[in-house]
Amino acid sequence: MKIDVLAIALQTGLVLLLAPLVSGCIKNWKAKLQNRRGPRVWQPYFDIIKFLRKDMVISEHVSWVFSAAPYVVFVTSLLVGVMVPIVTVQAPLGLFGGALAIIGLLALGRFFLALGGLDPASAFGGMGSSREMTLSAIAEPALMLAIFTVAITAGSTDLSRIVAEAQGSNLKLLNPAHLMAFAALFIVLLAETGRVPVDNPATHLELTMIHEAMLLEYSGRYLAFMEWGASIKQLVLMALLVNIFLPAGLAGDGSAASLGLALGVFLLKIFVLSGAVVLVETVNAKLRLFRVPDLLSAAFVLATLGLLSTFLFQ
Amino acid sequence: MDNLDTLLNLGLLGYVAAAAAGLLFFRSEKLANLFSFGCASVAALCGIIFSVFSLATGAAAANQSFELFPSLIPYVRFSVRPDPLSVFFTLIVSLLGLALSLYSLGYARGFYGRKSVGVLGAFFNVLLLATTLVFLADNAFFFLIAWEIMALSAYCLVSYEHEKEETRRAGVLYFVMSHIGTGCIMLGFLLLFQASGSYGFETFQSLGDSMSAGKRNAAFLLFLVGFGVKAGIVPLHTWLPAAHPVAPSNVSALMSGVLIKTGIYGMTRVFFDFLGTPPNWWGVTVLTVGTISAVLGVLYALMQHDLKRLLAYHSIENIGIILMGLGAALMFLHTGHTLLASLALIAGLYHTINHALFKALLFLGAGAVLHSTHTRDMEEMGGLAKRMPKTALFFLVGAVAISALPPLNGFISEWLTYQSLLQGFGTTPSLIRLMFPLSGAMLALTSALAAACFVKAFGITFLAQPRSEHAAHAHEVSFTMLLGQAILTAACVFLGLFPTVFLTLFDPVTHQLTGHQLSAQLSVANGLVLSGVMSDGGTVSTLGITLVALCLLFVPFALWLVFAQSTKIRRGPTWDCGLKGLTPLMEYTATGFSKPIRMIFKALFRPRREVQREYDFSPYFAKTIRFEAHVEEIFETRIYRPLNRWVLRFSRRMRALQAGSIQAYLIYIFITLVLLLLFAL
Repeated sequence: MKIDVLAIALQTGLVLLLAPLVSGCIKNWKAKLQNRRGPRVWQPYFDIIKFLRKDMVISEHVSWVFSAAPYVVFVTSLLVGVMVPIVTVQAPLGLFGGALAIIGLLALGRFFLALGGLDPASAFGGMGSSREMTLSAIAEPALMLAIFTVAITAGSTDLSRIVAEAQGSNLKLLNPAHLMAFAALFIVLLAETGRVPVDNPATHLELTMIHEAMLLEYSGRYLAFMEWGASIKQLVLMALLVNIFLPAGLAGDGSAASLGLALGVFLLKIFVLSGAVVLVETVNAKLRLFRVPDLLSAAFVLATLGLLSTFLFQ
Repeated sequence: MDNLDTLLNLGLLGYVAAAAAGLLFFRSEKLANLFSFGCASVAALCGIIFSVFSLATGAAAANQSFELFPSLIPYVRFSVRPDPLSVFFTLIVSLLGLALSLYSLGYARGFYGRKSVGVLGAFFNVLLLATTLVFLADNAFFFLIAWEIMALSAYCLVSYEHEKEETRRAGVLYFVMSHIGTGCIMLGFLLLFQASGSYGFETFQSLGDSMSAGKRNAAFLLFLVGFGVKAGIVPLHTWLPAAHPVAPSNVSALMSGVLIKTGIYGMTRVFFDFLGTPPNWWGVTVLTVGTISAVLGVLYALMQHDLKRLLAYHSIENIGIILMGLGAALMFLHTGHTLLASLALIAGLYHTINHALFKALLFLGAGAVLHSTHTRDMEEMGGLAKRMPKTALFFLVGAVAISALPPLNGFISEWLTYQSLLQGFGTTPSLIRLMFPLSGAMLALTSALAAACFVKAFGITFLAQPRSEHAAHAHEVSFTMLLGQAILTAACVFLGLFPTVFLTLFDPVTHQLTGHQLSAQLSVANGLVLSGVMSDGGTVSTLGITLVALCLLFVPFALWLVFAQSTKIRRGPTWDCGLKGLTPLMEYTATGFSKPIRMIFKALFRPRREVQREYDFSPYFAKTIRFEAHVEEIFETRIYRPLNRWVLRFSRRMRALQAGSIQAYLIYIFITLVLLLLFAL
């Protein structure tokens, strides 16, 4: 295991460029499914460039924490992006941290995001921060238990080893432990990326917002980094989900052919998963805030059952 | 070797001198402050050098017991033995001693003209001395004497501002609970004495293997309760959130940082050194108690809006996390996985020193805020990041560290805990092993809730608009107070970024208790990367993450260079929905912030609220609103209050015995005598 600077740079580039496209596709497909025309799939790129070029209006109440938050959110998302195996089994930065470090880094980004929401002294930001921290806390045990389930099978928290282990035998796909852990992680994914039924990314009503409420006071390039960071986080969590549970196609070596093939397969998997997210978003209504813990505890129960079944079927 | 012992003696004498100086100069506040806290920081520095050197060179392992001063009483020897475990805890108390003494130089000025600074300094040093002796004592009697001095001086410090009713109540509660604990510890030592015939710790080693199962288990339970009271495990914790907040902040930091760690020290010493190979249920009990304490501690912490009380509840949470490591280690010792036991033990002890550092740091921050706003109520704070920027930065570092976020030290110790729990799954085929991942999930819940709590603590205290006049006129604190915080901040960062360097200090400790030295196995890539102890268990490198993060900052910089160079920043009011400007009353409050959690866990909290409105003519336009919200402390209302009532009722019955007539007393004596004689036959 060593650190390959080229691989890090390439994966950073891939994550940076792909993330807005995935967000754009989800928005566009969702609109199509609801008989609307919807924004182009490239719209998020134009938005980001537009935000970067704009002047910023910053609240007079804020401290330096407000300005630090976008950078922390953006950089932690990018860091996680190079720690997850995306096209190669060996994640470029896998040596520096596995599943636990990824959870930690995402939590660090969330910590600063929530502080950024509180800083401008607006009630909306505080409400968003409060809800975000609550729901992520409830989601955390399910996430950790699902990760534990796959980590126990591989005997390691190193994602590359988990993926390699899953690649080793394809029968594992039908292993009840993995199926239930997958379901649990999918629910956690919906919660962590702020999707219906947990949060509505398209809402314009401040009282129902969670993630967007924290961004209300951000503008210009800070907003660009926040939005971009959020879409990177979404892509990375989706990559984590598909590559742990469907590791087929990941490149074991660095040859151009296998990398190209792996990239193709990865895109296919990501877009299928995006389709699933779109479907869930379209057929479900947003849950009331105090119904969300029920959903998340269902995820926790699923993960526990998954764990129990590793015990039974070993 | 001899030099090191001299250094230790010098440190201990330093505390004595500092305490004496505090009393000698009690008429002159400035001199008392300077000499007692100045002298204490020199003594603590001696302690740090002594402990780092004896752990790093491995000299601690060979240290013999020696007498501090001769004793005339049989069984009692005032002997100390700086073995690795003792030295490790001495390092913790000395590190904190240094930072806190420097901080106190500035903090004590707040008491000038109000209270006696000399008394504060004297008791502060007695507490430091007694705590160090608790860690070093090599004789059960001496241990208990030091333990008692520690408890009493802590009581005096808690009651320092005794003119307040709240303080007196907290002091008495602490006093009572502490002595219940001491009673259990005494009984535990008596059981050990019965088996060994001596009070020396060297005769206690691995004594448990030769004791009968019943006595061994009784000793385990007695020590668990006795040390558990001091450590603040649920449900023996009630004194902790009462006593820690009312003490002066430097003392709160010392109590939360070190004093409760004497409980952890006692458990480690007794369970790992004295009681031999543990049966399975010991580890299960400790792990369960740890998990429950962690989750309940953080849940109650979330409900607080008194900054120091919030921090005190977090101590319960962190003690829980430490006990999760120790409990897992006991379970591994039972199954004979000594390597994993060493990992879990390191995880627990690493978290012990981490918690000491960041909790002391946070209490010092809270003290600075209290010093400058004169309130502990977060609902009256806000906007302090602009008025006290350095304190805010230090507090933020502490908040990130305690929330177990990378790259700081809390993350490292929780990572080690997760690793040992994960690898524990393979140690036993029985269903018990499900405890490991489930505790892991609860640990995840705990640290996520802790993050929520510290977003609240930092966000409401330091960000947004000031919510009161006091907060609006807050000012940065003096240099020495900042220096104390800076030392602890630097220590948190160092232990976070360079875990592999620090782990070498654990080698003698684990070698003493489990026979392994792990630092070489835990370090990969020339110490850059920390690894789980099993092959391929997982790796992490906080230093590497930080460096890569710094490189990745180039991306936003490049984007700025390309797109945003000519943009301007304008300051404007926060969006107020078209009202005439936002007032601090419209901000989110600490109580509001934790409302979703209060609602989700309402079965536990049983929240109650009272709203009283007064109107003139229309119910839509209230003239005044009075709002009151309560959360039930379930242990207080369900266990302690009924117990309290029962004790009082029982005592009232017993009072009939003491009728005041001498004849009745003579009869009692006679009956007792007869019974004893019958018993002796």
